[in-house]
Amino acid sequence: MSAAKTKPGRRARFKLTRRRIIALPLLLLGIFILAEARAFDSETITTLKLVTRASGDAPAVGDIRLPTAAYLLTVGLLFIAGGALNLLELPAARWRRLSLILLALCGALFMPTVIIAAAAGDETNMTTILAESLRLATPLAIGAFAGIWCERAGVVNIAIEGMMLFAACFGFTTLFFLRGTALPLETAQLLAVLIGVSAGGLIALLHGWLSITFRTDQIVSGTVINILAVGVTSFVRREYLLSTEAGAAKLGNIALPFLSDLPVIGDAIFTNQPIFFLMFVMLAFTHIVMFYTRWGLRTRAVGEHPHAADTLGINVNRTRWINVFISGMIAGLAGVWFSLEATGSFNDGMTRGAGFIALAAMIFGKWTPLGAFGAALLFGFSESLGVRLQMVGVNFPVQFLQMVPYVVTLVVLAGFIGRASPPKAVGQPYVKE
Amino acid sequence: MPPAPPALEVRGITKRFPGVLANDNINLTLHKGQVLGLLGENGAGKSTLMNMIYGLYKPDAGEILVDGAPVEIAGPKDAIKLGIGMVHQHFQLVDVLTVTENVMLGNENSSGPFLRRDRARREIETLSREYGLQAAPDALIADLPVGIQQRVEIIKALYRHADILILDEPTAVLTPQETRGLFKIMRALLDKGVSIIFISHKLKEVLEICDEVVVLRRGKVAGTADPKQSTEQSLASLMVGRDVLLEVDKAPARLGDEILNVVNLHVHDDRGLPAVEGLSFGLQRGEILGIAGVQGNGQTELVEALTGLRASESGRVFIKGADVTGESPRQITKRGVGHVPEDRQRDGLVASFTVMHNLVLCTYYQAAFSRSIVVDERAIAANARALVQQYDVRPPIINTLAGGLSGGNQQKVIVAREFSRDADLLIASQPTRGLDVGSIEFIHRQLIAMRDAGAGILLVSSELDEVLSLADRVAVMFEGEIIDIFPIDDADRDTVGLRMAGVRAAAEAAP
Repeated sequence: MSAAKTKPGRRARFKLTRRRIIALPLLLLGIFILAEARAFDSETITTLKLVTRASGDAPAVGDIRLPTAAYLLTVGLLFIAGGALNLLELPAARWRRLSLILLALCGALFMPTVIIAAAAGDETNMTTILAESLRLATPLAIGAFAGIWCERAGVVNIAIEGMMLFAACFGFTTLFFLRGTALPLETAQLLAVLIGVSAGGLIALLHGWLSITFRTDQIVSGTVINILAVGVTSFVRREYLLSTEAGAAKLGNIALPFLSDLPVIGDAIFTNQPIFFLMFVMLAFTHIVMFYTRWGLRTRAVGEHPHAADTLGINVNRTRWINVFISGMIAGLAGVWFSLEATGSFNDGMTRGAGFIALAAMIFGKWTPLGAFGAALLFGFSESLGVRLQMVGVNFPVQFLQMVPYVVTLVVLAGFIGRASPPKAVGQPYVKE
Repeated sequence: MPPAPPALEVRGITKRFPGVLANDNINLTLHKGQVLGLLGENGAGKSTLMNMIYGLYKPDAGEILVDGAPVEIAGPKDAIKLGIGMVHQHFQLVDVLTVTENVMLGNENSSGPFLRRDRARREIETLSREYGLQAAPDALIADLPVGIQQRVEIIKALYRHADILILDEPTAVLTPQETRGLFKIMRALLDKGVSIIFISHKLKEVLEICDEVVVLRRGKVAGTADPKQSTEQSLASLMVGRDVLLEVDKAPARLGDEILNVVNLHVHDDRGLPAVEGLSFGLQRGEILGIAGVQGNGQTELVEALTGLRASESGRVFIKGADVTGESPRQITKRGVGHVPEDRQRDGLVASFTVMHNLVLCTYYQAAFSRSIVVDERAIAANARALVQQYDVRPPIINTLAGGLSGGNQQKVIVAREFSRDADLLIASQPTRGLDVGSIEFIHRQLIAMRDAGAGILLVSSELDEVLSLADRVAVMFEGEIIDIFPIDDADRDTVGLRMAGVRAAAEAAP
């Protein structure tokens, strides 16, 4: 035992705090960015475009022209400063404040820096990236809202993926069989969406039946539904959809009055497909119901402390049933996005794990609609970036870029936000007496 | 003076659970504007009876009358409608919601589907003023101390216009000061015509506040008593069914070597704020050092730091001369330290394990109970059978789940485990909280026996009476510091009480 150790008295001990956990990757990222900056000479300029135009055209208003090397150098140093300060965790108040400001700044600069480093001296269009991120975030955000409805009431829903797949399949099948009839396309599409949404709701009833009535483990029940979805939908496809050329018209664009006349974003954002707009409706709906209505208060109470709700005369299982059903319908809406809005076709396993990413977004967003929406945007951004880089033909494995948001999620969950706190009673069936 | 009319009557109530007759033909009457005390040992059937009145259980036989008319109570909703409110022993509050949200839950008084928090808040403020129930309407429950949480529970009942209030062991979690506050609130309620059923183990309190006392024993009414003509002794005998020793009988301490030495210890609480600030003290073999103090003055953090459950910021802890600072709970346990934790359900037991497995939680890996990697179930069962006998755990069935035992018997399991493994330093935190007189008597005797066998005991308790009757020296903790230490002969109730409230000796001496 060393002399210092046996000496009694005050002695501060080093602790691996959350901020130190996040500081480390920040520091490494800063060094990486600096190394990247060396690859560009001082002449290289990256142009961030706000208005869509061909890349050869003359610079337009709203272009932001950045000297790549200088920008990366600055940001790299900022990251290193932020990382170092947070690693040290100086106790003085003003150092604390400064390191927190740097932390926030680094967070805000993260996405633009990725874009600029990737564009590498060329031009890149900011509006398109934003619009594309939002578009690709649609099923993730709506799926995350589905998760919130369910889990806030205390029922785990890992079956979002399966519910989505069912909805995608049955929505499309409906449209497929209706297209030979006299129904106008819009009516057929509306019916298809409604059938898809109902399919999600029906599967949710199965989840409720297993996990609320029979108190099956909710994870097991969800897994069963996910596996069932893969089997049933691929059977339906092989049996009914494969025999003929299976393709149908996608949901048409809607131009919102007034808003679609705005310059730049009018076309990119406010002229869009219906489920895209419904994402914002669901965001507002979920937020308002959860936090400003009687139903939302009861839902949250049932998810946190069902027995307390019971002693106040609230029917715990009835509340759960209704929430699970609504959750399923919302998941169904996310599901028909794939078949009816994005592609106009149905393929086996076409949801590609979006239901699970939606769950990650829900957790990242701490079970709040706004947070989940932000997290879904981050995932949507990563997807759009991946697509974009493939189009540009960057000589860098795209898979690594697609991994970035997941790595960010891990780091942020472990370091920045702290312990994600799910509703306390989530996953526990409620037994009276 | 003619007796007040009955507000609530229970006639011939019987409730059977699988294997247990929890309530057997119970009759009692609560008169308007009075306090009816309900006394009984753990598991005597008090909570069962109250849960039936509140509609959580259905009686197998018997009837309930409110204001003289028989009523059907199928669920809490019916009870609320009849003006019955209940403050449960374990508070039924949602931690992540605010006071206002908890109060309005289930009775939201909303316009359309939308909550009207402002309306509920105004009502809470009115109730707070009327009954002296201060509670910030927008505070989160999780941020409030238990005393305030209890007020929120009372507000919840009043918000629903309860005029019959059931308080299920309301003082079990309160400090003496908070209990006095509760009594003031109860008197204000009585003045407004509310009738109260008061459940407690603490005889002194029952004698102080109740107009009538009903004693339950093993599911039956053992007797009724008039508090004006009863003593603690007579109530205790009625409750337990035999004479109980309320005073602790002990010989003077025979001090040995120093077994625990704490030097300038600093510990932070969960929020990272200083909770223990530079504590130094020693403890010798053969003595009980009582730590008195209002709860929340750093006792929890001190105990957790001593037992290795919480890292200290600075300072040293020596056990039998060895520096144990920063050691793990297992290492500290191996040094012969026993720990009876403050929160028995969270830190003391694994509720979903059987009694026999709970009895070897810190020894299962040792040669006596395991061979290489396989635990020896037979040895564990034999150990459990002996301990259950010796420590009078009821029911004496070694493979029942620990979570199914009553609070007092859970505590006996913990005490049996910690006392039976040759610990010579015992750290006992609130060892008798929420227990009935019979169990308290038993645990006190065990503590004295350990002391006389040469162990050093650190007794942390917010029950001043307990500290004064057991300890050989009394240290008072206030805001993370020991502000005074008395030999027991110099520790009189009033002085210790003053120190607990933070009045220092120097300040007192000054004019």
